[in-house]
Amino acid sequence: MKKQKNILVQFFSSIQLSLFTFFVLAIASIVGTIIPQKKEAAFYMAEFGPKLAKLFDVLSVPDMYNSWWFLSLLVLLSINLIVCTFDRLPKVWHMVVMDNLETTRERLERMSHRHSFLVANDRDEATSAAAAVLGRFGRELRRAESEEGVLLFNQRGAWTRLGVYVVHFSVLVIFVGAIIGSIYGHKGGVTIPEGVSTQRIYEFGTDRPIDLGFQVRCDRFDIAYYDNGMPREYRSDLTVIKDGKEVLKKSIVVNDPLDYGGYTFYQANYNPLNELMVHLESAKSGATETFLVSPRQQAVWQEEGISFGVINIEGSGQADFRYKVWFRDADGDPLSFWLPPDRVGKIERPSGNYTISLKRRFATGLQVAKDPGVWWVYIGCGAMLLGLLVAFFLSHRRVWVYISREENATRILLCGSANKNRIGFEKDFAALVDQFQENDRLTLTKETA
Amino acid sequence: MNSSQLLGITTFTYLAASVIYIAILVFRARKIGLLATLVTLVGLLFQTGGIAMRWVESYQMGIGHAPLSNMYESLVVFAWAIVVFYLFLEMKFKNRMLGGFAVPFAFFSMAYASFAKEINQQISPLVPALQSNWLIAHVVTCFIGYAAFAVACGMGILYLFKAGHEARTSGKVGHEGIFDTLPDLKVVDDIIYKTIVFGFLWLSTGIITGAIWANSAWGTYWSWDPKETWSLITWFVYASALHARFVRGWAGKRIAWLAIIGFFSVIFTYYGVNFLLSGLHSYGSS
Repeated sequence: MKKQKNILVQFFSSIQLSLFTFFVLAIASIVGTIIPQKKEAAFYMAEFGPKLAKLFDVLSVPDMYNSWWFLSLLVLLSINLIVCTFDRLPKVWHMVVMDNLETTRERLERMSHRHSFLVANDRDEATSAAAAVLGRFGRELRRAESEEGVLLFNQRGAWTRLGVYVVHFSVLVIFVGAIIGSIYGHKGGVTIPEGVSTQRIYEFGTDRPIDLGFQVRCDRFDIAYYDNGMPREYRSDLTVIKDGKEVLKKSIVVNDPLDYGGYTFYQANYNPLNELMVHLESAKSGATETFLVSPRQQAVWQEEGISFGVINIEGSGQADFRYKVWFRDADGDPLSFWLPPDRVGKIERPSGNYTISLKRRFATGLQVAKDPGVWWVYIGCGAMLLGLLVAFFLSHRRVWVYISREENATRILLCGSANKNRIGFEKDFAALVDQFQENDRLTLTKETA
Repeated sequence: MNSSQLLGITTFTYLAASVIYIAILVFRARKIGLLATLVTLVGLLFQTGGIAMRWVESYQMGIGHAPLSNMYESLVVFAWAIVVFYLFLEMKFKNRMLGGFAVPFAFFSMAYASFAKEINQQISPLVPALQSNWLIAHVVTCFIGYAAFAVACGMGILYLFKAGHEARTSGKVGHEGIFDTLPDLKVVDDIIYKTIVFGFLWLSTGIITGAIWANSAWGTYWSWDPKETWSLITWFVYASALHARFVRGWAGKRIAWLAIIGFFSVIFTYYGVNFLLSGLHSYGSS
């Protein structure tokens, strides 16, 4: 009698539910790729009209991947996975650990792969020869003896039946990682002008400030270009300051972030500011100083009695080619000259010599993430790939040998089965048959496939 | 000889190979089967050389990177992977009749790469976002998967043709048609299934390497960007096919259809997203 399953269990463990969920998730996901996500409300009004925009709003379409109904679908998929596992795993587990010596003679005679031999040897000789062959097949050779005959059994890869559950479980692990990330993680950004440090980042979506517990300073930002004008590298030199001490310095570029205190800082974008960083050095006094100078404004280095400024900038797009600088000290006429960015210019005056270099001031845009769930996600992904490999390419292969006494010969019945990859198993089985046929210890009198 | 000449020759070699493979089918000319395989192999050699040279040329230009950085280069790799995968299948199943349903995909990919106006063939430097060791791992894994799905689609078409033909001619004796030289439906079904499994494994790896890359570049392993979302949709399609087969015993025409539908999803993920939707992968469109 088959036990009638609870209707809820039946529903939640059904493959129809999985296929349905896959289908709905796929369709819903398509919608989200066609209707742009996370735009302002006005965008949807303008693009789709007030009626549709209202409907979108009700259904959370503008942020549908985080909407209650999309998350519910993911929950439904998880429940489906869990219930289906609880429903089927016991049976599969039984297959993994079952005592295959209890297999009845009738079942053996009906197996899809079988071959029987009649040998002139006695039962014990045949048994020890067969045990030697079967012993090489796997590592679990077992035997059961009775009046009628001897049953030998060996198997390979019983555990591979669990592969598919590893895959299913890995999906849940990935979800757990995503949940941990969304509860305990932060995603945000911050814009830091060169020379400035910050202790706060701003959460995406809410703009809520998050205190880092340490400071990050942007010492310098640079863009490098290829010969054809395409950007080659965006680089920010960052310093981490904890309790007033510099604890870490790193130049970050896209694809190579800075990690500190559970947060990761990614190079995301940048802003050119309407300001130049002018570095001056006096050869006479050895003093150096960096000034922030707006174009067409006068700057003064009081100690050295110097005034200077930038009166013109030549460039194209966001790249500056050269700056026109004027310079005046106590004696002599004012001086003006062109200087490309980051090039050191020498100024020789009766009162003393100076060196000068300029660069535009940038603010670097950093994306900041803290995601304690990410390792769960990675472990889940790794488990999924391993599970898929096991589930698709490895199989549980079982072989039995039943030795019985016929009228005046000994009969060896070899049979086997595999749960997957029947073609591969056929080769295995043929090799076993071979080993009986070519066996020095057996004297074959007759065989039937 | 430079890479674009080699890849140009490749396109025509694959055209020739496609024609011969189809001729084998149409004229039941099994004798020229070896020729088809040889021409395909020659094409593969030219193409491998072309890809390698393009790689070297980028270093000579001082902007060295693996030739996997834009639509043109990905189409070339797609064709390459299709041919490699098909030749493997031909060897494994010892049947040249399948070629007419696989090699043309490689030709179309090369022809589109070579002749479409919107495809830029220049070797250009890598933008900062693509400068990562994950580039090779991500693109190669994805395209092995895509290639397998292309072949699965071809085999699905073959299956439907042959099944339709058998339905029409059942009962008629002595009628030897094109489709009788094709492998048994059961064999084709097995090939489709195994190819989907293979592709699914690589697609999963491609999605995962992409997620890891995204996390190391932006701090988010999944952001529901259209490319990501469509790759997931494709994953769902093939996951459904595998579940339907494992649990419901789907086979034959149904799986053949799913192989075709799945490939449409692949094409949209690969091509449609770049040109029709905007997102993080937009650099793939030039």
